[in-house]
Amino acid sequence: MDAFLFQVLAGLATGGIYASLALALVMIYQATHLVNFAQGEMAMFTTYIAWSLINAGMPYWPAFLLTVGFAFVLGVLIERIIIRPVEDAPVLVVVVVFIGLLVILNSTAGWIYTYTIKSFPSPFPKEPLFGIRYMSAHEIGAICVTLVVLSLLYAFFRFTPLGLAMRAAAQNAQSSRLVGIRVGWMLALGWGLAAAVGAVAGMMVAPIVYLDPNMMGGILLYAFAAALLGGIDSPMGAVIGGFAVGVLENVLGAFVIGNELKLTVALVLIIGVLLVRPSGIFGKVHVTRV
Amino acid sequence: MTKRNLLLLALLLAVACVLPFIVSDYRTFQFTLVLVYATALLGLNILTGYNGQISLGHGAFYALGAYCAAILMDQAGAPYWATVPAAGAVCLVAGFLFGLPALRLEGLYLALATFALGVAMPQLLKYDHLAKWTGGVQGIVIPKPEAPFGLPLNADQWLYFFTLAVTIVMFVLAWNLLRGRIGRALVAIRDQHIAAEAMGINSAIYKSAAFGVSAMYTGVAGALSAIAIQYVAPDSFGIFVSIVFLVGIVVGGLASISGALYGALFIQFVPNIADEISKAAPWAIFGIFMIGFVYLMPTGVAGATRLLLAKRRKSP
Repeated sequence: MDAFLFQVLAGLATGGIYASLALALVMIYQATHLVNFAQGEMAMFTTYIAWSLINAGMPYWPAFLLTVGFAFVLGVLIERIIIRPVEDAPVLVVVVVFIGLLVILNSTAGWIYTYTIKSFPSPFPKEPLFGIRYMSAHEIGAICVTLVVLSLLYAFFRFTPLGLAMRAAAQNAQSSRLVGIRVGWMLALGWGLAAAVGAVAGMMVAPIVYLDPNMMGGILLYAFAAALLGGIDSPMGAVIGGFAVGVLENVLGAFVIGNELKLTVALVLIIGVLLVRPSGIFGKVHVTRV
Repeated sequence: MTKRNLLLLALLLAVACVLPFIVSDYRTFQFTLVLVYATALLGLNILTGYNGQISLGHGAFYALGAYCAAILMDQAGAPYWATVPAAGAVCLVAGFLFGLPALRLEGLYLALATFALGVAMPQLLKYDHLAKWTGGVQGIVIPKPEAPFGLPLNADQWLYFFTLAVTIVMFVLAWNLLRGRIGRALVAIRDQHIAAEAMGINSAIYKSAAFGVSAMYTGVAGALSAIAIQYVAPDSFGIFVSIVFLVGIVVGGLASISGALYGALFIQFVPNIADEISKAAPWAIFGIFMIGFVYLMPTGVAGATRLLLAKRRKSP
């Protein structure tokens, strides 16, 4: 029982990270109906920026905030320069552009920082918090950071005029344009926010998996699974899906199928959800008219 | 085919036959890999270029083909030439089976599902309970075939001609398949699947069959690569193999048979040149070419060549 509880809690900690990344995916999907294959690499790249800032002697939290800001700018720039021209292009073109972006970010990080694995500092103390022996302080901290980010996002979309405008632009671009919302910029802002959320996820996961250019491959897959499980157009679903996938992955990995097949869990989950209930648990069912 | 095209084809074939006698053994090996990639790209092009189903996981079928060949040789002692059709048959079935659920997935979602397949493949190959056959992390080493019938060729040259023969057969088959009724049906499904169904095309059968045939081509290429490299290991079949294939068809030209050849030359030789700059340079170049091509030259090298030839013909 002890071991089981331990695995569930560890699963919640990684689940929080999947939830953040899944949320970033859902934000971009809601705004543009595209699935961003480069989301993981964007997070990886910004985590490297944080690493250089910290290595240059900056304290952790200022470096954290600066990195989030940088990620936001990077996201906006990518949308403006690379994604905008192919917004209405066929799916194949969009997928190719995303994969191209993934490859470019991955190799740029490899070029600048080499492919050797680096350790990334955690802002939380080494000894367990509040005498809880089931989770390390970093795991608890990561969950807290995730929850803070989620509530900030919720408040932003729910209570600010800008958030309302962004939701409107995502839901009905034409009508939003008629009431004076600059839809193009709202999409760019959405990309910026998604990149910023991804950066937080990257910085939270880096102390666990260590920093290297390929660190996000598996995590992105779990985030996909989480987003699909919760429903690709439901932010709430993405968060719940993230925690669920984290727990599922850890428990199955520890007790049922062994650690070697963890990625296959994500594969089966993705294909299973797409086949059985493509709209996920909380997503809207889409009906297309012929 | 026009007379001129036939002449060009004969010329190409002649060059291909003379090539291993004028370049070094190492270059011959590289050209063998070009032929292998060309077959794989042709397979992906049948699915993605002609039928419009996006696959980001064809590296998995490539791996399956390679492992089929290696296991048959290693465990069953099968001769190397017999493993190629066997790998093709296994991948045909596997692709068809994967294509059945894929029917329900469109565009982006299919890309997602195949991406997951590509990412998960190396882990599956390392799986402990399969290690008896797959050799686990170490992989399988297979012997290098020698030229039969006392032909005056060394092993590299023989491998090249063996691969060339298989590649030619595969290309002729694809050309035959795609220029007729089936090819037109595939294109019709890609462009307007509702209209295609209204015209009596069974879209489900065609789409899963296209998946199967495409996987078969890639599997045959995988088997050829295992024979050429004499080694298979899980980590050489990561998601990046699938991405390289995507780069190949985008650069070579979507929905074009000759594009597979241009793409194969690109993915074989450009990394070699770029490697001298930095270890990361080939991938940076791949990424830039991918995005650059879809923006500026969406029909790839094959499309651009066609356009150029058409222009020259118009203005004598």
